[in-house]
Amino acid sequence: MKWGVLQFPGSCDERDALHACRLAGGEARLVWHESRDLDGLDAIVVPGGFSYGDYLRAGAIARFSPAMEAVAELAGGGGPVLGICNGFQVLCEANLLPGALLLNEQLRFTCRQVDLLAGDEVLSIPVKHGEGRYWAPEEMLDALEASGQVAFRYAPGQNPNGSARDIAGVRNEAGNVVGLMPHPEHAVDAMTGSTDGLRVFESIAGALA
Amino acid sequence: MTPAGADAGVDGGPSLTPPPSTGAEQPAAYEVLGLKEAEYRLICEQLGREPNGVELAMFSLLWSEHCAYKHSRKLLRRLPTEGERVVMGPGENAGAVDVGEGQAVAFKVESHNHPSAVEPFQGAATGVGGILRDVFALGARPIAILDSLRFGELDSVRSRHLLDGAVRGIGHYGNSIGVPTVGGEICFEAPYEHNCLVNAMCVGLARQDEMVRAAAAGVGNAVVLMGAATGRDGIGGASVLASAELGDGDEAKRPTVQIGDPFEESKLLECCLELLGKGLLVSLQDLGAAGLTSSASEMAAAGGVGIELDVARVPLREADMEPFEIMVSESQERMLAVVEPARVGEVIAVCEKWQTGAAEIGAVAGHGLVRVLRGEEVVGEMPVEALVDGCPLYDLEPAPTQEWIYGNRATLDAGASAAETLLALLAAPSVASKRWAFEQYDSIVGSRTARRPESADAAVLAIPEADTAIAIAIDGNGRRVACEPYAGTVEAVLECAQNLACAGAEPLGLTNCLNFGNPEKPVPAWQLDRSVQGLADACEALGVPVVGGNVSLYNEGPEGPIYPTPVVGMVGELPDPLLAAPSAFAAAGEAIALLGPFEPALEGSELAKQRGELDAGLPEPDVAAVAAACAAVRDAVRAGKLASAHDVSDGGLACALAECAIGAGLGCEVDLQHLRERGCSPEEALFGEGPGGFLISGEREKLEALAGDGVAVLYLGKVGGGAIEIAAGDRSLSLPLAAAEAAWRSLGERFETDS
Repeated sequence: MKWGVLQFPGSCDERDALHACRLAGGEARLVWHESRDLDGLDAIVVPGGFSYGDYLRAGAIARFSPAMEAVAELAGGGGPVLGICNGFQVLCEANLLPGALLLNEQLRFTCRQVDLLAGDEVLSIPVKHGEGRYWAPEEMLDALEASGQVAFRYAPGQNPNGSARDIAGVRNEAGNVVGLMPHPEHAVDAMTGSTDGLRVFESIAGALA
Repeated sequence: MTPAGADAGVDGGPSLTPPPSTGAEQPAAYEVLGLKEAEYRLICEQLGREPNGVELAMFSLLWSEHCAYKHSRKLLRRLPTEGERVVMGPGENAGAVDVGEGQAVAFKVESHNHPSAVEPFQGAATGVGGILRDVFALGARPIAILDSLRFGELDSVRSRHLLDGAVRGIGHYGNSIGVPTVGGEICFEAPYEHNCLVNAMCVGLARQDEMVRAAAAGVGNAVVLMGAATGRDGIGGASVLASAELGDGDEAKRPTVQIGDPFEESKLLECCLELLGKGLLVSLQDLGAAGLTSSASEMAAAGGVGIELDVARVPLREADMEPFEIMVSESQERMLAVVEPARVGEVIAVCEKWQTGAAEIGAVAGHGLVRVLRGEEVVGEMPVEALVDGCPLYDLEPAPTQEWIYGNRATLDAGASAAETLLALLAAPSVASKRWAFEQYDSIVGSRTARRPESADAAVLAIPEADTAIAIAIDGNGRRVACEPYAGTVEAVLECAQNLACAGAEPLGLTNCLNFGNPEKPVPAWQLDRSVQGLADACEALGVPVVGGNVSLYNEGPEGPIYPTPVVGMVGELPDPLLAAPSAFAAAGEAIALLGPFEPALEGSELAKQRGELDAGLPEPDVAAVAAACAAVRDAVRAGKLASAHDVSDGGLACALAECAIGAGLGCEVDLQHLRERGCSPEEALFGEGPGGFLISGEREKLEALAGDGVAVLYLGKVGGGAIEIAAGDRSLSLPLAAAEAAWRSLGERFETDS
């Protein structure tokens, strides 16, 4: 299992993501934003941070990078792609995932531990973002729910940003591209508060095994 | 800011009005730039002529209080700076201590008070940006930020505006650059109403063999300016903003506040660390106050060399900038490096990879001068020594006062019951939970944060590179320093040491930021003098070296000076981050005890403030006894004997108990009878303050076994139930936990609803 973690100017959590990939089993390396070379990589993580300063709009510039062109190709071929926080924003901007991320309802950056519902599991994972309010048209939300594309929801009462229907993360129709605002890579070690985030990485590794 | 006569330009800068002999109607150029006549005369003497406009602008900045420390440098010589673990001490961009395995932890605290008082968002943001650059200039990757903030009372519209802007600014910069903000403090006191304090501390981690100093070296080596283009922002920040009192018309000073861009800094940070990792730089210095002027001169002075800079080669944001503007601009996100000529190409290639600017703008020279060129034309030429070390150092003229000069405002009803008093104290903005603020900061990026804000008394970060961990605390109670500058400052050092002890950490080094009023006035001068003595004595007694710091003077508004506020940041080491004790009680049934030489008194307390009874004077702290208590707690924490540990601070023992209970979601039942046997009243036992108190919980036998060797342990009671129940004679109280929690967590709600 070989993971690639994209690195844009302004990425913040790429080293944390590398660490999490390795803990989940397998090798991991950074992929520079100007590179199209994903040779030998089985799965891609688009990490958190402020790619290109989040200028214009979060993720709006990163989607045009050479590395993202290569990621779109990989995703089109069924390769697994995980977008975390800014990475989720990038994947939405790139139309690899449905919906959009808007400014938090409270108009403030918010960092806290939340409970996430993933299927029948409850995961304790932190959020930290200022633009994480998931939004899509009502009919699209209905369709996403009907087709099982809502991958993560905030536990009742814990929605930190006003996301529609408590949605914290979604997957594409094929199921190989997943994005979420919370940071599973910051929940891989009991020392920092939780190991539940490993489940997210392990499930991707498991799907490939 | 436009210096007088800036339109003339034969010498590439403002022409000068000669200093008037007497009674001139227009102030001379040097006065506008903040220099005294005697200082101007001295500059002329050292140059052997009058300075031209470029030179005067450069001298005025380097001879400002902010850069020259002319009122504080003599005092700072009292501070102990040496220790076995010190890798870099004062004089470098930041201090650093050895944490083993070839790794060092670098850290420094710095103020950005006046810019924040004028424009809080950018002021605070660039304060964070500046302290980050100080740390990565050493070759250290920043791993943590802490902030110490002071505002006027929360019921003031201005204070809420400044608080909101400063918190957003800190978050904007720290979050965007991917460095966690792991701790800090916020206090609200009327004397900060006009002149808020924004002190930012950064901690970084470096391989000792990759660290670099700021001294220029190697005649003929190239000087490379990296990072953002130079614009007109921040011109005169060090002299106009940082070295004078605030007053009416501060809005007009907005152009002297710099604008930050964390994305630029993020690229610059990664670029510099890659350059240093590849061994491509001879030395590196950040551009902070006084921009190119200060960084070039200080690099030359530290290396005992000269430096030549061509302003025509500086990448500009605005094409028509004058040489003096280029030399003094405080545009953010810039670094100056010395590079061997053969490596310049490689350096520029790394900068291109990171999309950060790089231009070779000059060279290291053997002539001992700072020579400023515009192309071939020399537009300024000054001896490095005159610029950097020529400024006269002043002795203070302190006059002690035994008076309370700051006024009083009673907000608490004199007839309040003990429970009502506890609620009022818990809701006091300085005591209340700061969750509203710290949730706006990313506290976890980097995967090192073992203890998040308010979960332990100190921030705790893992350092797997050296198989160890560090704890960091930042403290300083200006109100208590105002009561008695010496004792109050000793207490600030002790509180940091106590915070570290609760985390199980042993202090390695200390940084400080001395925020005071106008040192040319007798009372602030006395406060500064006594405070530095207290800092020196406390550090000496605890064996903690001062490895760096910053001085911010002239913190005054129309109503007078701020509370004298030495802010102390301390870094300690603990073998395992998981050992750090939480602040909150852990489980029902645990025993609660008070450890240490705590002798509660109402002088200088939050309660005295709320009752409008503040007065001069504090009890003398017993440093040796507090040090012994710290050692006992540290050892007990490391041995896993304590379920929780929390120092007794603002609001006294009752507030400390409430904080431990709220954090656990458990009540407690305690009796302060034994404490009253130390001779204190019920009121003092509940709400009195003073150094040396640790509230600890765990198994009763283990707690009581910690007594001995001059360390007292008083059993107080047990954890459990749904209320905070404290027996204290005629002031006994019982307060439902939910009510205490609602008061303690009220800050955010009050901020959002009042605004």
